[in-house]
Amino acid sequence: MNLYFKYLGILFKSRMQYKASFFMQSLGHFIIAFTGFAGMYFLFDRFHAVRGYTFQNVLLCFSVVTFAFSIAECFVRGFDSFPSLIRSGELDRILIRPRSVVFQVLTSRMEFTRVGRFLTATVVFIWAIPRCGVDWTFGKVAILLLMILGGVAVFSALFMIYAGFSFFTVEGLEFMNIFTDGTKEFGRYPLSIYGKELLLFYTFLIPIAPFQYYPFLYLIGHSDRVWYGLLPLAGALFLIPAYAFFRFGLKRYVSTGS
Amino acid sequence: MIELKNVCKSFKVSKRNAGFKNAVRALFKREYEIVHALRDVSFSIGDGEMVGYIGPNGAGKSSTIKIMSGILTPDSGECVVNGRVPWRDRAEYVREIGVVFGQRSQLWWDVPVIDSFELIKDIYRVDRVTYRKNLDELTERLALSEILRTPVRQLSLGQRMRCEIAASLLYDPKILFLDEPTIGLDAVSKLAVRDFIKERHREHGTTVILTTHDMQDIEALTERVILIGKGRILSDGSFEDLLKKGKSGGTVEQTVAALYEELDI
Amino acid sequence: MKKYISFFRIRFVAGLQYRAAAWAGVSTQFVWGFLSILLFRAFYETSPGSFPMEFSQLSGYLWLQQAFLGMFMAWFLDPEILESVTSGAIAYELCRPVNIYGMWFTKNVAIRLSRTVLRCLPILLVAAFLPSPYGLSAPAGVLSFVLFVVSMFLGTAVLTAFSMLIYVSSFHTVSSMGIRTLAVSAVEFFSGALIPIPFFPDAMKTVLNLLPFASIQSTPFLIYVGYIPPSEGIARIALQLGWFAVLSAVGVLWMRRSLRRVVVQGG
Repeated sequence: MNLYFKYLGILFKSRMQYKASFFMQSLGHFIIAFTGFAGMYFLFDRFHAVRGYTFQNVLLCFSVVTFAFSIAECFVRGFDSFPSLIRSGELDRILIRPRSVVFQVLTSRMEFTRVGRFLTATVVFIWAIPRCGVDWTFGKVAILLLMILGGVAVFSALFMIYAGFSFFTVEGLEFMNIFTDGTKEFGRYPLSIYGKELLLFYTFLIPIAPFQYYPFLYLIGHSDRVWYGLLPLAGALFLIPAYAFFRFGLKRYVSTGS
Repeated sequence: MIELKNVCKSFKVSKRNAGFKNAVRALFKREYEIVHALRDVSFSIGDGEMVGYIGPNGAGKSSTIKIMSGILTPDSGECVVNGRVPWRDRAEYVREIGVVFGQRSQLWWDVPVIDSFELIKDIYRVDRVTYRKNLDELTERLALSEILRTPVRQLSLGQRMRCEIAASLLYDPKILFLDEPTIGLDAVSKLAVRDFIKERHREHGTTVILTTHDMQDIEALTERVILIGKGRILSDGSFEDLLKKGKSGGTVEQTVAALYEELDI
Repeated sequence: MKKYISFFRIRFVAGLQYRAAAWAGVSTQFVWGFLSILLFRAFYETSPGSFPMEFSQLSGYLWLQQAFLGMFMAWFLDPEILESVTSGAIAYELCRPVNIYGMWFTKNVAIRLSRTVLRCLPILLVAAFLPSPYGLSAPAGVLSFVLFVVSMFLGTAVLTAFSMLIYVSSFHTVSSMGIRTLAVSAVEFFSGALIPIPFFPDAMKTVLNLLPFASIQSTPFLIYVGYIPPSEGIARIALQLGWFAVLSAVGVLWMRRSLRRVVVQGG
């Protein structure tokens, strides 16, 4: 852990060598995430609600997903930009160092400019918290935190799978965007609005709903099942197959060198 | 002790032909070619030896280095280094080796060199005292004291290479792989790097495996030279003997070039 | 002219090489289009009366958007060009006997075209066979289709002229990345890439339609689906033409000034 913070320190120091660029990029990410919010605002301005959820309800989903995505993008950036790690030969360097590969990939890159996206989520969140119709109790705050952490875990797993695929194909990777960027975009809304089939898909195959939808139902009072609040933990188990897949790809890399 | 026995390695490479028609065709069907990077490579290197590993581009040098450093597993054959198989127990094994890639950097680009060194110390779990001792020694021998506080991106190539070498030796590896360590360096830096490697080898008994295209590196440093071409070991012995195989006359460079041509590699 | 054609060819063939990328792109865009339609369906079913256009028109718009994503994605900028500006390699380009604005412009259009040609057909084909109102129906009329084709070309031209401004701006900033992100998110938002312009509040709609961003993808797509009738379409096309003239004139002049500075200061 100590070593992790040392890496973090070095990466942060490096980043701060280019302060102007850092602030401009962070601002850029703030604006990008904010236009996403504005788009939603206009839609709700016209329609007022979607399938029984109010704008304020939906903003809770928006904040959770945006928080989770920005955190994962910042700290799991090494997996998210894995093809460049292979191309630049950094992966070879990682393999000749006596620390775990995952640890070294995590510490190879951090994208601090995602603080911009994080900021958008914070602003929206602060605005939505008193308005979203949730009776905030200690337990509910804990569930909310769990949702965000579960989201970070699921996004990290998705990035890890992305990295795993990049051992096999670099060109075909674009497809993974549907799960990473796609979740960030479409996960702003409660997943049930897309229909039952998709909800099932996002519950069991790619576990977005366990951190984004079911606990959300409990929070806004559409369901009284308290255990829904614990589902983000189940979603986080997705890390296990993702890690296995990454190992599988890494093994192939070591045997083909490509 | 490094031992390679009958190591083979081949790669699948996709073929691509020029032209518009072929580009369209490749969309639907892609052809592959098998490239044999290493065919039945065997050699052994004793502790404390300094060996040059030469051959033209694409001969299989870096595949061999990658296998010996555990980055690549061979299709068949054995590779045992100090009683360990590099690609198994990776984390244990790599602590004993230092690798310098002349074309790539292992230092963090935007921070002072010393920060990279400190981090490497922690990655390899080197204790304070040993680190201090090694750092002082390397700083003196490689004349780093002036540049330790400079960000890597501001160093000249020669300065950077000295730092790269130091970074690979901070944790006292028993074996040092140098992959084209003098590439692109000016005459003064080249001499400095060569002198240092020689000294290090003499004083610490570090095993050194050096790949290079610069025959003067070989002449200055190594008693033993392994020549690889098209994935096969073609000769293993002293540099003088190797030169005798080629046509005599001309510079070392010309002799080696003639030898490559003669061997058709 | 010949040299522009060979620039175009080289870029175009290079773009075609990426087979797996093309297939991956097609399936990604298909799923993306599908999810977007489901999202709007949710709003539609919640409150059909508030929907500003026919649902089938919206589906058509979304499919066209996915099919021609490569053509109109604002965030795609040529890394080679950006690199040549920041590294100073632009100096070599100055030695060649070509107009840099023309060359970059050609290069950009070629890359966009090569990315689109392969990807648009499968998407259009599948979308055409989807059941109504979720699929892509035939154009609103022959005249609409003709105007659509013209408007597509102009849309590409406007976007490329805008990209040129971004390239030139990177002569003047230490880190052009920030400006790029800002410019790109503005284009995405105001051009109707995130949500179609008809879904904006009415007051904003009027303004947005006059800005150059609407000329990029909104105008051609809305002409195709018949939301913009041919009579109005002609006026919109004239507007596209106007914006192209303005943006490219500004670009050419600004570039000339910037290059002069590069020559004087040595990069």
